[in-house]
Amino acid sequence: MFGKKLHVSLYRYNPEEDKFPYMKKYIIEKPEKDIMVLDLLHLLKEEDQSVSYRRSCREGVCGSDGMNINGKNGLACITPISSVIKKNSIELRPLPGLPVIRDLVVDMTEFYAQYEKIKPFLQNETTAPEQERLQSPEERDKLDGLYECILCACCSTSCPSFWWNPDKFVGPAALLQAYRFLADSRDLKTEERLEALSDPFSVYRCHGIMNCVSVCPKGLNPNKAIGEIKSMLHKNKKDIIASDRI
Amino acid sequence: MNNIFTDNIKTIEFDALIIGGGGSGMRASLELAKSGLKTAVVSKVFPTRSHTVSAQGGITCAIASADPNDDWRWHMYDTVKGADFIGDQDAIEYLCSEGPKAVFELEHMGLPFSRFENGRIYQRPFGGQSKDFGKGGQASRTCAAADRTGHALLHTLYQNNVKEGTNFFNEWFAVDLVKNSKDEVTGVIAFSIENGEVAYLKAQATVLATGGAGRIYASTTNALINTGDGLAMALRAGFPAQDMEMWQFHPTGIYGAGSLVTEGCRGEGGYLINKDGERFMERYAPNVKDLAGRDVVARSMVLEILEGRGCGEKNDHIFLKLDHLGADVLNSKLPGICELSRTFAHVDPIYEPIPVVPTCHYMMGGTPTNINGQAYTRNNGQDELIPGLFSAGEAACVSVHGANRLGGNSLLDLVVFGRATGMHIQQELKSGGGVDSSTKSDINKSLERLNALNDSTSGNDPAEVKRELQECMQNYFGVFRRGEFMKKGLDQLSEIKEKVDNLHLKDKSNAFNTSRVEAIELQNLFEVAESTAVSAYIRNESRGAHARDDYPDRDDENWLCHTIFDPLTKEVSKRGVNFQPSKVEAFPPKVRTY
Repeated sequence: MFGKKLHVSLYRYNPEEDKFPYMKKYIIEKPEKDIMVLDLLHLLKEEDQSVSYRRSCREGVCGSDGMNINGKNGLACITPISSVIKKNSIELRPLPGLPVIRDLVVDMTEFYAQYEKIKPFLQNETTAPEQERLQSPEERDKLDGLYECILCACCSTSCPSFWWNPDKFVGPAALLQAYRFLADSRDLKTEERLEALSDPFSVYRCHGIMNCVSVCPKGLNPNKAIGEIKSMLHKNKKDIIASDRI
Repeated sequence: MNNIFTDNIKTIEFDALIIGGGGSGMRASLELAKSGLKTAVVSKVFPTRSHTVSAQGGITCAIASADPNDDWRWHMYDTVKGADFIGDQDAIEYLCSEGPKAVFELEHMGLPFSRFENGRIYQRPFGGQSKDFGKGGQASRTCAAADRTGHALLHTLYQNNVKEGTNFFNEWFAVDLVKNSKDEVTGVIAFSIENGEVAYLKAQATVLATGGAGRIYASTTNALINTGDGLAMALRAGFPAQDMEMWQFHPTGIYGAGSLVTEGCRGEGGYLINKDGERFMERYAPNVKDLAGRDVVARSMVLEILEGRGCGEKNDHIFLKLDHLGADVLNSKLPGICELSRTFAHVDPIYEPIPVVPTCHYMMGGTPTNINGQAYTRNNGQDELIPGLFSAGEAACVSVHGANRLGGNSLLDLVVFGRATGMHIQQELKSGGGVDSSTKSDINKSLERLNALNDSTSGNDPAEVKRELQECMQNYFGVFRRGEFMKKGLDQLSEIKEKVDNLHLKDKSNAFNTSRVEAIELQNLFEVAESTAVSAYIRNESRGAHARDDYPDRDDENWLCHTIFDPLTKEVSKRGVNFQPSKVEAFPPKVRTY
């Protein structure tokens, strides 16, 4: 990796100065050792203070720095440049499908609104015991692969269904959380939660494209969770029809 | 954003204003939102991006799950001892006895704790934990959600704030406190990072819940956002900081990257080895070995490295061995660690040891408060409450951690005292408490710093000055300290001070201008670094995390006390430690061995 130049093509847009966004080329010395894409951005920012992006934990748990790296969504802080460089160049763009505030910073209002819509909190109105509510390890295991979501939005912003209907389709990230509460043995609002998702858009706009699975930086599988929700919805519908007949 | 004055900015009024959307801030806001008081949280990042999210191993609390006979008094004993006897015992008593309530509440809110076969919350052993006041062997007292407890806790708190309809000012940056002529705090000046709008957020109660400031060091486990903003605002407003020399260096930060590797690894049976493969902690802490206090383990590691037994080509790190635990344990109990290790150390812990090195981790000091979260200043050697100002979590020094925090106690600290602060503010405001208004000129004063930065036309590059500051702190105020070196560090800091006072903000734009944020953060880091350096230079003894080559022993006669740094005079005074818990006898100081 020594001595070669690295070509970075960076999406730039400052609403106070630019009529349109544009790609700006930066040519830098290729770092001697492998670094993360976030470190690369730090280098660019030292050269040009005006480069803007979000970052916080720099270790893949806070979900701030989701972006589109050489065409694929991912977290800058845990993506080594060696894994994405093509022909000594790298292209960085904001997450697709959401309005751009500036450079790599997108407006996540719609993404968070979908998250809030699924009531992302445990609902159990029975009187709480003095100690914890009991949950068997097997029941708790059902939350694995769900609760770990960091809300980075890599999945939802890679989903064509979410691009098309960001206001009506809940999107993979929020659906993963919807299932996290459906799957929790302590939550008692299963019926209400399913009812709220039963319209043609909230869940059913998922067509199993699987981009969400291929980009999730935490290795989670929203598609599988969506499948589980669909099964629960079908079962629920059958139960309702059956009870109508009686 | 030029020439901002009170007349051209909005005033938005609240009962309670919380600065910081991490664990303590959101626990306080939850309490207040439920009470019906008009409450807002100001957070420079979306709340779930706060640094609480990185906490791994767990929340230590005597919920008597792993051991039905566990007792909060044992936890209290461990914490007092861990603190090397300068933790306030009234506060530690409150922490440990109220803890179970606070943890069960989190579970009721939905926190996905790991579980034992009987369905109760899983607890694992952590360093410095004992049964029966140190006489009954190792305890397992740290409640865990795998090794992602902070993530689970922070998301649960955010979710419950959504449920209660808390107001969030997300991606707003608080710049300075506003004080009235009576020195009461009446809110903050803040701006929207997204569009540069500046506002005076006025409140009857202002809570600093801004977390730590590990970024004063070059090598830290802390997030990039940990810049001590709240503590620095308090210092600039003339309010003191307590125990600032006490910084915890976590034994196991990933070599080179700084990311944290939880103490839970050693709790689950992992251990440290030097280049000869020797389990060296057996020599330094024969009883509990790798589960001694963090200060003890970190110093032992540095000694091994200094004596040439470090690992790697440069003999400059230590190995954390986990492979003997087996893939099943690692995948179920420590999945996040495996992930971090593969990403940042290029090592799979199932097969190879992780290269680690002591890394700055936690600020035991902070704005001094009582157990209600009320901040105080000192007046003629007496505590004097600051009307309108509160603090909780890592930003505060209540002080439950004294000279060294025990693992798992920070998450407990932030929920217990976030909750206590919320409850107290509720009580105070509902019984008619509050503060007088500030005048226009009071508010203008708090706008000066922002205006100066916006007006800068030349000066120093913030990124360069920051690097200089971090290297200075790392070199002169690290794991081991010595008077003559610290003097050099202090001299260097006064040069850096001139540079910090003359920063050049090149980019003056309003939309998501992160360089403006970073310049203000650098000013905040400097305030914290200066108070740290001055306090460390004064304390002529070794206690807890403060280890002096030139004063290797603890000196209870002269230094069984807190230090109070006065930002106006830059001088340090002493403050007595509380030895008056209400439900148990105080634990007297004794020699601290593990």
